[in-house]
Amino acid sequence: MSMSQEKLESFRRAFPPSRGVEEIPGQDIPTFQVERELLPELARRLKDDPDFDFKMLSDVCGVDWPERQARFDVVYHLYSLTHNHRLRLKVPVSEQDAVVPSVYGVWRAADWFEREVFDMFGVRFSGHPNLKRILCHPSFQGHALRKDYDPGQRWLLREGEQDEPSWAREVQEDEDHFETQVLNLGPSHPATHGTLRTVVRLDGEVITRAECEIGYLHRCFEKMSERHTWNQIIPYTDRLNYCSAMMNGVGYALAVEKLLGVEAPPRAQVIRVILSELSRIMDHIVCIGANLNDVGAMTPFLYVYQAREEIYSLLEACAGGRLTISYVRVGGLANDVPEGFEEAVRYLLRRIPPLVDDMERLITENRIFRQRTEGIGKLSAAEAVDWGWTGPCLRASGVPYDVRKTNPYLGYETYDFKVPIATTGDTYARYLVRVEEIRQSLKIVEQALKRLAPGPIITDNHHVALPPKEKVYTEMEALIWHFKLIMEGMKVPKGEVYGFTEGANGELGFYTISDGGGSPYRLHCRPPCFAVFQAYPHMLEGHMIADSIAILGSLNIIAGELDR
Amino acid sequence: MSEASVGKPMLPVAGKPPAGPRVSDGSNIFLTTKLDRLIDQARKNSLWPFPFGTACCAIEFMSTIMSHYDMSRFGAEVVRFSPRQSDLLIVAGTVTDKMAPVMVRIWEQMAEPKYVISMGACACTGGFYRAYHVVQGIDEFIPVDVYVPGCPPTPEALLQGLLRLQEMIAAGETHYQRMVAAARAKAKGAVS
Ligand code: SF4
Repeated sequence: MSMSQEKLESFRRAFPPSRGVEEIPGQDIPTFQVERELLPELARRLKDDPDFDFKMLSDVCGVDWPERQARFDVVYHLYSLTHNHRLRLKVPVSEQDAVVPSVYGVWRAADWFEREVFDMFGVRFSGHPNLKRILCHPSFQGHALRKDYDPGQRWLLREGEQDEPSWAREVQEDEDHFETQVLNLGPSHPATHGTLRTVVRLDGEVITRAECEIGYLHRCFEKMSERHTWNQIIPYTDRLNYCSAMMNGVGYALAVEKLLGVEAPPRAQVIRVILSELSRIMDHIVCIGANLNDVGAMTPFLYVYQAREEIYSLLEACAGGRLTISYVRVGGLANDVPEGFEEAVRYLLRRIPPLVDDMERLITENRIFRQRTEGIGKLSAAEAVDWGWTGPCLRASGVPYDVRKTNPYLGYETYDFKVPIATTGDTYARYLVRVEEIRQSLKIVEQALKRLAPGPIITDNHHVALPPKEKVYTEMEALIWHFKLIMEGMKVPKGEVYGFTEGANGELGFYTISDGGGSPYRLHCRPPCFAVFQAYPHMLEGHMIADSIAILGSLNIIAGELDR
Repeated sequence: MSEASVGKPMLPVAGKPPAGPRVSDGSNIFLTTKLDRLIDQARKNSLWPFPFGTACCAIEFMSTIMSHYDMSRFGAEVVRFSPRQSDLLIVAGTVTDKMAPVMVRIWEQMAEPKYVISMGACACTGGFYRAYHVVQGIDEFIPVDVYVPGCPPTPEALLQGLLRLQEMIAAGETHYQRMVAAARAKAKGAVS
């Protein structure tokens, strides 16, 4: 939703072009180009002025325009929870003087996002407290997302060159003059789910300082997407949040469809809703199960995992794959669902609730679990928004922000479901919210199933979707379309959009720029757990070391999405 | 074992055959083999995997050990997150240049004998990430015994990979066993 006219007017009055703020018309959300000198003041005003009230910084990313004098754009996406409006700011800088004032002092969410821009483009942020590489390793040379960086150019990291927090080697004593201990958790640690690393300083068992290191699964999604056609990117999006692959594909396809101005046919939309909500269930199951597993309760995981296997079977029947299904296409779906789909979904609707009930009976009132999670890893609503949290984690802190309600897509406004929230914002609350979301998702699936009517599953716009095979073999025109789409890929009109959907972890954004060619000029993914995880080291301070595990599990950090 | 051999000691004969009528109660059946072979049998049926799961493949690895596919049926369920306690490294997922030193370190920390399964296209070859931060196959860094293709491999495929590894251990074909055999042969050559 864009800003109301009067708000825009008052923004224009406060920051007229004479002060170096230039409006870029004709965008999906109001966009302004800002001189960097003005940025700190502007940011402060946008956040604090109740007329604008941009309390959340959703995303910061860079764009490289090598032929321009001011080579880089730093792009900010802002969101106001109270007014439900968005704003995009662009700050151009030249290569020789690539410095932008950091907005970390205004929104803490800028912390890692700015580091990422620095890592990928070499733009420095003055005033940032810890500006160093975040995704690429410390021995990496150059800045990978610059257009002139060769995507195949690797750099080796040797043992001993790994990154280390600046404070890790400082000797420190506690009040009894015992040396405090520095402990390294991960990246290969049973509770870090593979690829997260946290370095903590311990005083006894209490964490006094922590720092996270990510990027162990940085697979260059954004660079790869610049080298592939629009539809070829879908398999890559599957591997962002691989616990709920379908939803990434849907989010990406919706962003590109927005740019193209096409819409998937109703049947495809309903199937997308059904499979997305089932994926959300799968994702929450893994999160809850892994969290329980990490705090020592293995049994519930075994129960709920059955639900996952059942959903897998359905996905496999639809798309052929279990996990990374690549089922979505721009403009619709790859193929229709198989016979017996509705029956299978109905079976799931019967099968999943008892499994979730079983798990709940074991856990929700379980004394051990409650003692380990209640009051642990608390984050207030204001802090959570400041860090850029979205999704179940934010809702557990009491903020009812859900993209499906605030900016409905795929007809979510017509479904009857509730957005569960909790108020305590602790690990237990995050568990409760997720369990309730599973039930709400089932409700949505049930309603969607009733609307599933026969019809096409992909748009008939043949600049976007392949014509049906029978036509390709019998009609000349269809054959040409087919050839052109396969050889050149579809052409997306010049422009940019920020498409965002409610992923399992929160607002999943795809900032897409097209130069009119067969592949994106720039595709930036706004991963929800990136914003969530940056608060984690700060949450740890003052907690026991064992709590760090319980907290981490409840945040549901998926490395594929975090590091991309 | 065929009818004829029951009750008859196989070569070599250890001591005298027991006197009196022969009873086929199984007490006087014995097999002979090399100690190495016997140990290999034990090893192959009690693999302790270290799941080096980094990405999507790790989720399928999780499915494999969960109740539905249940890897413990094949004697490999004791998943250990300490390299000191495990002898099978399952690399499940993409390994990046940032992660590679960690993986090598873990492999080095594992006690011998040790085996490596590379699960998924990424671990085998880098998969479809031909990019600036991704290792193009973990065999750039560590020796691999079994490559399981797929993106991600289905749990069935991983189980097949496991069975293949067991066959290899029985036949003495793994990287570790070949290394030991070569070293022995060399030592023998040096003596004679
Ligand atoms: S092989 Fe495929 S599924 Fe496995 S880690 Fe790589 S991309 Fe993910």
